[in-house]
Amino acid sequence: MVHVTRGFTGRHPATDDRLPPGQYLTDDFPVLSAGPTPAIRRDEWTFSVRDGDQALRSWTWDEFTALATEDITVDIHCVTRWSRLDTTWRGVAIDDLLADVDTAAEYVLARSYGGYTTNLPLEDLLDGKAWIAYEHDGEDLPPEHGGPARLLVPHLYFWKSAKWIKSLDLVDDDDPGFWETLGYHDYGDPWREQRYQGD
Amino acid sequence: MTASRVETATAHTLSLRVDEWNGHLPGQHIDVRLTAPDGYQAVRSYSLAAPALDGVIEITVQRLPGGEVSGFLTDTAMVGDQFEIRGPLGNWFVWDQDDPSPVLLVAGGSGVVPLMSMIRARDRADIQTPLHLIHSVRTPQDRIYGDELTRLAARAGGPSVTWLYTRTAPPTETRPPGRLRRDDLDDGSTWTSGATPICFVCGPTGFVEEAANHLLASGHPADRIRTERFGGR
Repeated sequence: MVHVTRGFTGRHPATDDRLPPGQYLTDDFPVLSAGPTPAIRRDEWTFSVRDGDQALRSWTWDEFTALATEDITVDIHCVTRWSRLDTTWRGVAIDDLLADVDTAAEYVLARSYGGYTTNLPLEDLLDGKAWIAYEHDGEDLPPEHGGPARLLVPHLYFWKSAKWIKSLDLVDDDDPGFWETLGYHDYGDPWREQRYQGD
Repeated sequence: MTASRVETATAHTLSLRVDEWNGHLPGQHIDVRLTAPDGYQAVRSYSLAAPALDGVIEITVQRLPGGEVSGFLTDTAMVGDQFEIRGPLGNWFVWDQDDPSPVLLVAGGSGVVPLMSMIRARDRADIQTPLHLIHSVRTPQDRIYGDELTRLAARAGGPSVTWLYTRTAPPTETRPPGRLRRDDLDDGSTWTSGATPICFVCGPTGFVEEAANHLLASGHPADRIRTERFGGR
């Protein structure tokens, strides 16, 4: 049952069909991180696709930024309720990074510099739905927003788009990552408001 | 809502009596949902400011320029009003009262709210864990919980509290007003046990970025620094 709040009319801020339930539009780019922003040198940065302890593919910064890129314009939705429309990024499609990888794994654990992890179904990273992004708004991705490079999975709540990405680990089981262990939803679909476990 | 208390010119503490509240951890927050007669809804998160007492919880709300929820809660809401809330939420930015590690709390502005919950929990449980709060505020008038913190700090076994002023300092303050510096957070004298402190940093994004970087530069391990940020930059 909906309880009408006495005296509250609300500002009815600008809305949009592209805004999922319970979200509000912002032009800001707020930061949500569990700890300090890691300082990562590009000349020491690597990104890899892993199967267990084995790196199937690995790239240095120079190798990675030499890969074919895509310009991406997407809406993003943070579980803390802000959404931004038409954000622009440049990065490499996960389809391309996994093109030569043969795997029976159904899930991915994204691992970050600094220790952050998040779990996703592999199919949510494929078919043009996800990227490793290293530019935002035409500039290098700032460290507090995940630079040098972050995972970009815009159709899920933004905590799934792991900052400071280090590897994608192909795994058989959907074991929870950092926020998921702490009560956030394993999948995180903003259109179904899957914020917390049980939603 | 059972009470509303003015903390500063822009911050109010609301007391809410909640049916079936099973307690919460210091540092957790709730979501508050307001509904207009036409069905429009707005939801915002607010940190809990104290342990629950007889089914009553407290949040401290900083009125933001143009804030449709914070403005309503500080200016329009009255004792007797009802709100929908969800919580307690958040299991990361919480202090474990059984952890004997010294605690360093660093707050910018209204970021002090979840940290006050930790200080009050420590006080009510009569815990002796060393605890130091460093609170950065613009002026002395912006010290949320200033009187209570002064009182607690004066008590034997109480927390130590330091205010840093960014715009205007009281006449007795020797530190010139200014933004956070690394040596503001160097406070080796507080930690006599040799244990590695657990650090909680809460405030606006820019403040938290700077504070966390200062802590790292001072030798605090990254995995002992927990942060909570609000606002964009």
